Amino acid sequence: MTHVARGLIVGAAETERLGRIPDRSAIELHAEAARAAISDAGLTKDDIDGLATAGMPPITVADHLGLRPSFMDGTYIGGGSFLLHVRHAIAAIDAGLCENVLITHGSSARSRVGHPPRVTDPASPPGQFERPYGTVTPPTMFPIGLLRYMKEFGLTHEQLAEVPVAQREWSSRVGRALFRDRITVDDVFASRLVAYPLHLLQCCLVTDGGGAVVVTSATPSKARWWPKPPVYVLGTGEAMAHSMISGMADFTTSGAFARSSALAFEQAGVGPEDVDHLMIYDAFAHLPIYALEDCGFVKRGEAGAFIADGHTRPGGSLPVNTNGGGLSYTHTGLYGMFLLLEAVRQVRGEAEAQVPEVDVSMVQAVGGMFEAAGTLILGSSDACVGR
Amino acid sequence: MSDAPAKAVPRPTPETAEYWAAAARGELRLPYCAACREYVFYPREACPTCWSTALTWTTLSGRGRLHSYLISHIAAPGFEDDVPYAIAIVELDEGPKLMSSIVGVPQTPEALVLDMPLAVEFEPRGDQMLPVFRPTGEAS
Repeated sequence: MTHVARGLIVGAAETERLGRIPDRSAIELHAEAARAAISDAGLTKDDIDGLATAGMPPITVADHLGLRPSFMDGTYIGGGSFLLHVRHAIAAIDAGLCENVLITHGSSARSRVGHPPRVTDPASPPGQFERPYGTVTPPTMFPIGLLRYMKEFGLTHEQLAEVPVAQREWSSRVGRALFRDRITVDDVFASRLVAYPLHLLQCCLVTDGGGAVVVTSATPSKARWWPKPPVYVLGTGEAMAHSMISGMADFTTSGAFARSSALAFEQAGVGPEDVDHLMIYDAFAHLPIYALEDCGFVKRGEAGAFIADGHTRPGGSLPVNTNGGGLSYTHTGLYGMFLLLEAVRQVRGEAEAQVPEVDVSMVQAVGGMFEAAGTLILGSSDACVGR
Repeated sequence: MSDAPAKAVPRPTPETAEYWAAAARGELRLPYCAACREYVFYPREACPTCWSTALTWTTLSGRGRLHSYLISHIAAPGFEDDVPYAIAIVELDEGPKLMSSIVGVPQTPEALVLDMPLAVEFEPRGDQMLPVFRPTGEAS
């Protein structure tokens, strides 16, 4: 099967350390990852003429790195921002605005060194209509529709507990994962309640770290040698649904997941049945359940059983979150970059828990509390042709 | 004066002022779009569906049902003595859904039954009155 590539990811890197990095400020984690990704691509600083980032303004990151880009994108939807940056970078490269776009992420969410505080304006919609009821951090908002989903579709607490159990089977094979011990459903239930119905082991980590990628043209006339196998971007999508979770149209489904993934599938000319490897943004255990259904991998109400039955685990029919996910690997607040980096490793064949023959990998990210979404469908050289 | 953090107080804007003024009178009011036959929540100048600005502030029944919720074991500033506490989505009888607190009932999964009927009441919060909901005791 051959598909048309829209763009190439030619450099990809994480910071050397993930977890607790109290001796680095957030901006330096952007910078470390940026240098590593440019080096991974065999490029130098002078080759970079586009910059996209989230969590900090692009001018802050560009100035810190001594870059003077002719294309900047500071699109911010939350954790999935970087997937939108890839989509926008490809459009900018196609339009001739730039040639090589650097996309950076750095966060000191754990140590909070040079990390901007979270502030909600009391006159904003969430400031007026959510914060007075005791919302503060994502766990106090994100799971608010889950009990409605459980009632409508019969999802059990045991099935919900299987999500982190399945992902620990992956992270137990990943040396860089922060949590590597295999766990049971009983371990999940024994961990403290954070926001009923979710226990601690069903909530993501909070870590420091960074990552970056370099995106360039897939046009055959611009083809050149790259030190690592280029990863072909086959399709991209983005969507938004609401601006605060209490505005969710239907609390049992993410309209943003459905629309973003449909755009990416259509552009790539593939469907869920063609996906060999899937990364889903898992800030909390219910997100993979929503995404598997909203992206069309299973029918509505079937994802809990699909995960509990082992389909997403090592050796399963659809490997999901092979780095262990935000529940086990790392979660810097804006985790989407790490979803993308694991998908790149899997397509290149250099992942720690490598899945055999990944020709098509899909990355499905959330933005905010189901507010927005981004999707990338990536292919190996075996799956693609240039335009 | 206590140094303890206070609970968040909503700050009305010109577009939401009537919502909060009505709450202070003990009424739950929202803009209504006659063209779309829908209430607009949160309040804004134009209907987000048809962009009509001919919206009419309308008093609702204040009755609804418990659509979904979570029970937070994390204390927002000022909620230190309340944990664990429920943060709920209430579906009003007239259709809109909004976030609220459920009062007069233990904050437990056993006591908080989805689809249980609720009625609005108002609690002081700073210089505002905050809509919250209490189970009516009727069957779900």
